[in-house]
Parts: sequence; C-alpha cells; structure tokens
Amino acid sequence: MAAETAAAPDRLDRERVLAWLQEYGVYAAVLALLAFNILFTPNFLDVGNFRTQLVQVTPIVIVSLGMALVIGTEGIDLSVGSVMALAAAVVVLYLGYGALPAIAMALLAGAVAGAAGGSLVAYVGVQPIVATLALLVGIRGLANVLVPQLVEFRNPDLIALGSSSIAGVPVIVIVAAALTLAVAFLVRRTTFGRHVVAIGGNRAASELSGLPVRRTLLIVYVISGVLAAVAGVLATARLQASDPTSLGLYMELSAITAVVVGGTPLTGGRIRVLGTVMGALLMQLLAATLIKHNLPQSWTQMVQAAIILAAVYATRERGKR
Amino acid sequence: MTERATSATPIGAGLPQPAAGPDAGSDQPGVPRERVSRLLQQHGALMVLAVLVAFGSVAFESFATTGNAASVIVSSAFPAIIAIGMTFVIISGGIDLSVGSLFVLGGVLAAYASPAGPVAALALPLAVCGLVGLVQGLIIARTGMAPFIVTLAGMLGVRGLMLAVSDEGATTYLVEDPIFAALGQGGLFGLTWPVYITVVLALLGMLLLQRTGFGQNVYAIGGNEDAAALMGVPVARTKVLVYLMSGLLAGLAGVLNAARLSSGVTILGIGLELDVIAAVVIGGTLLTGGVGGITGTMAGVLLMGVIQSLINQVGNLTSAVQQVVSGAFLALVVVAQRLLSKAQGIN
Repeated sequence: MAAETAAAPDRLDRERVLAWLQEYGVYAAVLALLAFNILFTPNFLDVGNFRTQLVQVTPIVIVSLGMALVIGTEGIDLSVGSVMALAAAVVVLYLGYGALPAIAMALLAGAVAGAAGGSLVAYVGVQPIVATLALLVGIRGLANVLVPQLVEFRNPDLIALGSSSIAGVPVIVIVAAALTLAVAFLVRRTTFGRHVVAIGGNRAASELSGLPVRRTLLIVYVISGVLAAVAGVLATARLQASDPTSLGLYMELSAITAVVVGGTPLTGGRIRVLGTVMGALLMQLLAATLIKHNLPQSWTQMVQAAIILAAVYATRERGKR
Repeated sequence: MTERATSATPIGAGLPQPAAGPDAGSDQPGVPRERVSRLLQQHGALMVLAVLVAFGSVAFESFATTGNAASVIVSSAFPAIIAIGMTFVIISGGIDLSVGSLFVLGGVLAAYASPAGPVAALALPLAVCGLVGLVQGLIIARTGMAPFIVTLAGMLGVRGLMLAVSDEGATTYLVEDPIFAALGQGGLFGLTWPVYITVVLALLGMLLLQRTGFGQNVYAIGGNEDAAALMGVPVARTKVLVYLMSGLLAGLAGVLNAARLSSGVTILGIGLELDVIAAVVIGGTLLTGGVGGITGTMAGVLLMGVIQSLINQVGNLTSAVQQVVSGAFLALVVVAQRLLSKAQGIN
C-alpha cells in the first residue's frame, strides 16, 4: 500500500488508494493489529483470551448487523441500546414460563419496538434520528419500569446459553456468526436486500419504480429491533442477571461506529455486512490492545475517535456527500 | 399561581418572533390552514408549556410555589445554554453530539484552573471547548463529512480528553476560588446568576439569528445549502462559526455548572446531547434544517423541566416513568410536527 501511494502522485491514483482503503482498509487494519498483538502482546494467542475477546464483541456485532441495514436505507437507529435493555427486562419477567417462551417474548418486544420506530419513519415520515431518539428515551424508561433494579436469575437453560460452548466455540459466538451469514445472504441474494440498497441509494427513484418503499423500511427497523433484542438476551444470559439500567448504554454509538468503520457510508445505498463485523472486531481489538499495553481508557477513546474520522474520510470520496 | 411560576413563560414570550418567519420564500400570506400550522409549529411548545403550568398549578399545591419554580428554572439554565448553540447548529442543517462531553470537560477544566483565579477558570475551558468546536466545524465545512459522525468522534475524543485531565476520572477537582463559586451559586431575587446569563445569551442568540446577516446565512444554508452557496453565502465560514459557538456555549454551561457544584464532576453529561436535541426539536426547530428559533428552544427546555417537575409532584414515581413520559411526548411532538410540516408543504 505504501508503495502504491509513493508511485501515485496524481489525483486519480489518490482516489484509487482511497477506494482501496474503503474496500479493504478495515480488513488490513484488523490484520495489522492482529500481527502487532501476536508479536508484542504476551499471551495474546492464548485460547482463553481469544474467546473472551470474541464473547465481548458479540453483542456489538449482532446490533451492528441491524444498524448496517438501517444505515443502508440512509436511516439511523438510536434505540438499539434501549431495546437491549427492554429485552433483558422482558426475558426475566417471563422466565417463569421457561427459557424459550421468555426469549420469544423478548424478541417480540424487540420487534414491537422496531415496528414503532419503523412506522414513524416509513408511514409518518419522521426523520429516523428523532423517531429513534424518542424510542431511546422512552424504551430505556419502560425497561426500568418493568425491572427497576438488577435481578439475578437461576434458570439453567438461559445460563447455559450464555456460558456453554460447542466444540470449544461459545454458543453466543456461533449465534452471532449464523446471524452474520443470514444478514449477508439477505443483503446479497434476496429481493428484499436489493430493495433496501435501492431505497438508500435513491428513495424517490425507488418509489417511482414501484418498490414497496414503506414496507421495506418498516421491516428494516423491525429487523434492527429484533437483532438488538437478541443481543440483549445473549448479554443477559452471559451476565446471569438482568440489568436494564446499564445494559446497552451507548450501544447505538458502538454499533454506528462499527458500521461506519466497516465502510458502509452514512448516506445509504451500500451495505457491507462482513465489513461491519470487521469494524466491530477492529474497535474491540483496538481497545484490548491499548489496555493490554497499559494505556488508559482516555487514550482508547481518543484513538477510537481518530479511527472513526479516518474511516469516514476514506469512505467520503465515493459517497454522495 | 405565583409570579415566579409564570415567569417561566415570558422568557420566550416577551420577544415576539417576527411574523414574517426566517424561512424566507415561504412567508407569503398563505391560506389560513397554513398560517395556523406555522403558528403551531413555532409556538406550539410555548402553548403546551402554558397549559402544563396552568394544569400543574391547579392540580398540585406544591407545584406553583416560588421554590419549585425557581428550582425548575435554575436547573433548566444549563441545558438551555447548550440548546442555544444546538439551535444554530440544527437550523444550519447539522447536529452536534459532542456537547455533552464538552459540558463535562468544561466543568473539569474550570475546576482544574480555579486555583489560578476566576479569569483562568473561565478562560481555560472556553479556549479548549471553543477549539474543539472550531476543529469540528473546520472538518465538517472543509471535508464535507457528515456532522453526525464528526461530532460523534468529537464526543468520544473529548470524553477521552476529560478522562486524561482527571486521572481517568479518579480525581475530582474542587473549586477553590470563592469569586468563581459565587458565579454559579450567588444570584438575585431567588434565581442564580446562570439563569440571568442564560436569558442574556438567549436574547443575544435571537438577535444574531433574526437580525443579522450571519443569522440569515444560517437559515439559508439549512434550507438549501447548494442554493445558498450559489447566492454567495459563505457556507464554510458560517458552518465553522456555528460549531465554534456550540462548543463555546457547551463549555460555558459546564463552567457555570462547576461553579454551582463547587467541583468538576466527571460523571455528568451522559446523554445530555440527546436531551438538548430533544428540547430543540420539541421547540419547533426542524432537524431537516432551515426552520426554527431560539424562542421555541427555550420553551422546549422549560417544557422538559416542567414535565420532570410535574412527575416529581405525582409522588413516588421514579425517573424511569419520567423517561417513558419524555419519550412518548417527544414521539408525539415529532409526529405533530411532521403533520404540520406537511400542511405547510415543507418536505
């Protein structure tokens, strides 16, 4: 890459470098960080450490998948953190009926929350940022009303979901991987995925060509709500406690960061599912690296800020704005 | 109702918003329906505020007391100062997510610098927060990157900076200087100085927005940036100034809050940017840019304070219930605004 830059002084090649960065920058950054850690961080290749990192990043990955779809429609979903909290609250409320019904209710709650935001955006025409801001505030409150303080639970099935592994891989990570594949399939191989990208690219044209714009938007927000609920349930299962007060705080920002760093432009019309996952991994790996090398949290946040700016700068040239 | 309780309304009501709205071009005398909806859009928050204050005074004995009114107004002053800057940003078609972090950083820096005297306690945080606003404005104006993401990065970076200044949040600097502390705690007629500062800043903001070329430029950019650029509006300069102002005001609010609390508390300000954006939106400023005003914003901030106070009056309701009400109210407001905008033919 360095050679490419050196050999390309004129503008056209600079654009090519930026295009390359947008396309593969996040993968290159993850690889570089991995290489750095393998060389300089003691015990980095330890299986336990690897597993911890993966388990920690899982909720962000799952939420980011939904966020990527929403951002692909030129929208944004600020309510995801609160929906996680709502799912955490609902799942312990219904745990008396068994783990599966409780999880189903939590996912339903996520779908309803997503439908609320989606109908405001799709049918009333409210801007996504305010519609989901109202939900961020209201749903966090609702979750706290349902479960006012931290509740620990002893349901063995739910605890197993959070802590067991299949062939050494935590179940949580398997779920996240399966969801990633499902969303990637949805985006690349289905009509619905085409519609989502088309709407984000040019909504007016999509309407004129007869695409079901409103229905598609509604479904996108429902998917985002359900995925946030999945993340909330998994995080609750891992914590073995429901904590609606603090679960998912600032999750919307982490998810937006993952999506943007992964190369999906905020202007819509393009969705990079694997890039999004890589974006989440990159931010996690970065935080872990800085902590392992005894750099304080303040540094982590400042470096993350710089990476967000760099990523958006790289994706900007080919975006619309 | 005591005088103090009603004094909430005149802050905005005292200054008539010019009937010919700033959204030039759409202010020909329209059909009555359009005029009504525009009136509702601009002054709806004020009307709801008046209704709620009247309702609260009748329903709860302890609502319309001097003490309660003063506490609502005093605690609204800090978000109000930030909301003035946010109103400019949103009218210009942008958004500023960094204000919550800047609010905290301003407070911490003020307390940190306070041993060197009141001037230092004001100058250091304002210089740093202004610089952050300036840099964000430059990035947004020069590179064309989305304000949402630039100020999101700003929010993270500023929080990191704040943690770095305060030994990762472990050190809470105390305000040593009595003159500086008096700035936040002293006052006149039962209201502290920050309230008066807020009123002055709101008046200045209104003048700037309604009566100067700069204000017209802000509206023009928010209404249609390309058209504004073609008309020769200095788009980049205006944007930089708007974000600079927002940073300065968020820092100032933090400074005053540190003076009020006598310390630079590091754990405040989480989610403050969203509260402020909600207040601005409730006040009738459209997130699409080009429409809005300071009067409505002040009404929006007070409205949120009054709702909180009313919920406290109801008794043993928790802050969670308050969040549910605020969220539902915000949803209601944005739906109403959307319908009003449609009636006016704004898209």
